[in-house]
Amino acid sequence: MPTLTWRGRELPLEVGETILDALERAGEKVASSCRVGACQSCLVRARGGALPAGAQKGLRPALVEQGYFLACQARPDDDLEAAPADDLPQLRATVARIERPAPDVARIFLEADGAFAYRAGQFVHVARADGLTRPYSLASVPGDALLELHVKRAPSGAMSGYLCEALAPGDVLTLRGPAGSCCYDDSRPAQPLLLAGTGTGLAPLLGVARDALARGHTGAITLLHGALTAAGLYADEALRDLARRHPTFRYAPSVLGAAPDDPRAGALRDHLARALQVTPGARVFLCGPPETVGPLQRDAFLAGVKLRDLLVDAFVTAAPAR
Amino acid sequence: MTTLYEQLGGEPAVDAAVDIFYRKVLADGRISRFFDAVDMQAQAAKQKAFLTMVFGGPNRYTGRDMRMAHARLVTQGLDDGHFDAVVENLGATLRELGVNDAQIGQVAAIAESVRNDVLGR
Repeated sequence: MPTLTWRGRELPLEVGETILDALERAGEKVASSCRVGACQSCLVRARGGALPAGAQKGLRPALVEQGYFLACQARPDDDLEAAPADDLPQLRATVARIERPAPDVARIFLEADGAFAYRAGQFVHVARADGLTRPYSLASVPGDALLELHVKRAPSGAMSGYLCEALAPGDVLTLRGPAGSCCYDDSRPAQPLLLAGTGTGLAPLLGVARDALARGHTGAITLLHGALTAAGLYADEALRDLARRHPTFRYAPSVLGAAPDDPRAGALRDHLARALQVTPGARVFLCGPPETVGPLQRDAFLAGVKLRDLLVDAFVTAAPAR
Repeated sequence: MTTLYEQLGGEPAVDAAVDIFYRKVLADGRISRFFDAVDMQAQAAKQKAFLTMVFGGPNRYTGRDMRMAHARLVTQGLDDGHFDAVVENLGATLRELGVNDAQIGQVAAIAESVRNDVLGR
């Protein structure tokens, strides 16, 4: 009889029983709804052992690669170790250097203390010594020597204030992760990619673009970065340089407050709408605050982008401290 | 004898239907607010579960599940008119996929069977 190891407990599985059945029988709390593999409420993650066929049915490639599976669809024949989807590995990281490409943006480079496997486009939960924790996207790609985070200074933001103003090289942060599935996969290397985001929504998009280029993506890649003023295009130089080095990569900045005769003028939403029109069949990556990416993904979907081609990472800001 | 779910084309047919159905409800001013979500993938997964059920496919939904899943929407004013609009969009989706009127009738009948649970009555 196979055994399931879950949060340190060893649970024997009965013949033909699913992981969800076994967890519920053992009194473990697991979210679930349809129990037929459609709603994905019962997503959990394998830590060891072989997954049975069908356990990852319908999941995105980035989730499949990382061992996520549906508890209601998994009837293991062999021993399996699994954990809740939000039970993430933890590691320490030391600040190597900090750059300030715009008045309210910090690029923080971290040296991980030990091996850290992640996919470009994912995020980590960053914790300060006193436990204050916020999620930040990774702008780096796995081959880079350092991990890179982009932090926008939020007015009265406790964590972003600390990271942008108090943090110094040599300081240590605790990271928990990686999480998220806003990642490139090379199943359709010729498909055009549209990447759009405002502010530090650029961070994961930068990682995804570099990852796609490194994996030999042949389709056109267009990165749309939106800002309120030209100063907010904080990676302008680096992105122009990336475009010079890669003929398939195009950088399309937009500035809400620019003069009407400036080709960058206008809202990111309008720039994306035009890009969608001239790029049928694209895979679309959208990152930034929910009030930005909500309308963008709706536009993209109603413009005909398939759900499986819509990858979204909404940065939810913590409620202000009282 | 094959089930309605099999006749309709099983899981691939449900996947195709979700893409069409979700576009229709988001574009339908009567009900779009109930379907507007930041996490569209999670919303689409729920619709896939719903369409699997009304296609007569494998599901274990109970009346209680239906009540709990829609309780928040009922407090936001979900009523018979909205339910009718969903069934209407469902029918239009199936017609677009070439499903015949008799089968659409069977799907509508399954949807009808959960009306009172969805509306919390």
